[in-house]
Amino acid sequence: MSGEIETLTKLLARLPGLGPRSARRAVLFLLKRREQLMLPLAEAMHAAAKAMKACRECGNYATEDPCPICTDARRDKTVMCVVEEVGDVWAFERSGAYRGLYHVLGGTLSALDGRGPEDLTLDKLVERCRPKVGDEGSVTEVILALDATVDGQTTAHYVSDRLQPLGIKVTRLAQGVPVGGELDYLDDGTLTTALKSRREV
Amino acid sequence: MEWTEEGIVLSARPHGDTSLILQALTAGQGRHAGLVRGGQSVKKRAMFEPGNRLLLTWRARIADHLGAYEAEPVATVSSRYYDDPDRLAALAAAAAVAEKALPEREAHPGAYQGLLAFIDALDHDFWPALYVRWEMGVLAELGFGLDLSCCAATGSNDQLAYVSPRTGRAVSLSAGEPYRDRLLTLPGFLTGTGEVTPRAILDGLALTEHFLNRSVFHLKDEETPGARKRMVDRLTRLAA
Repeated sequence: MSGEIETLTKLLARLPGLGPRSARRAVLFLLKRREQLMLPLAEAMHAAAKAMKACRECGNYATEDPCPICTDARRDKTVMCVVEEVGDVWAFERSGAYRGLYHVLGGTLSALDGRGPEDLTLDKLVERCRPKVGDEGSVTEVILALDATVDGQTTAHYVSDRLQPLGIKVTRLAQGVPVGGELDYLDDGTLTTALKSRREV
Repeated sequence: MEWTEEGIVLSARPHGDTSLILQALTAGQGRHAGLVRGGQSVKKRAMFEPGNRLLLTWRARIADHLGAYEAEPVATVSSRYYDDPDRLAALAAAAAVAEKALPEREAHPGAYQGLLAFIDALDHDFWPALYVRWEMGVLAELGFGLDLSCCAATGSNDQLAYVSPRTGRAVSLSAGEPYRDRLLTLPGFLTGTGEVTPRAILDGLALTEHFLNRSVFHLKDEETPGARKRMVDRLTRLAA
């Protein structure tokens, strides 16, 4: 195998979902479609690598800084959704159910990974939520959309404590039976939280 | 090599795209790691949260290998406390301390039973006292137990109020008075002579933290786990 192919295979094998074998198959596939796929892909990757940057406000990836979500005048600037990673922003945007602002924390507090509050963008979040002069466009609600795990919920409580002095309403996503979920197949933890979060019909 | 035993989840780290490496505490095998194939799947992931109890079967070709776990849920504990920041912080702290302090593949049934009792007690109001006692138990299991039976200076067991930070032995109020700045406060509930107050809990946590750092974490070139620090911060705010 030539040096270029080996380098390409090794790089592709580092992508999530790909191992050395599947990376080799991908390289072969690309080589067979050099004009239709390989060169456009290389150009698209080069362009994205040069143009994409993290938004200085929310942490989302975009070609502009601040990103289109932060500058969109039609969005509700009084609600902010706190998420762990940029992928979570994209998931919310796909759903189309949310029209407020975002804040990407950059992870959760993790005993295992030794990630503490100083490693997250908490100071920036507090700064963004601080009431503006005249209350014009001030954040009134922060939605904590973090994982339903010990690390995720520990982080949610920590963020909530940090925001408490600002007097902002802090909410979190509901936990319980997923859409299309059959009770018989749910784990005990999900059932317990679903029971706790029951509401009148 | 194969064994089957009940264990408590301490942590689970993603491994590749679908698997994870589980650290669990069992009575007979101690803290033991193993690969869980498909552990990151939506159906299985919730099982591997700290504090949950699982029936584990570990298999490996050679004893030194990481091996693979098969797991069945016994009790899902962690999600009960997602709405309770204090108890959730305590659960995360206990799992982090157990993972950092206990040696791998060395049975410490006392630490396991203590953790089990602490997790069972989380529903009750006395859990902070039990947490302190559990950490004292971990120290004792590792050979660094505190001697709170009598005063190191006078031999009496009357009015024990301090602990020597060097020897881990209790010191009475009168004998320790001249050195009180250099001694650690011994909360009365640890000797059965005082009430469990928020201040006493913080004193107890400071006591065990000192000896965990000195005798366990520093020897491994590690620090007190962040999860424990956050629990202490939270209890300090509540006590204030």
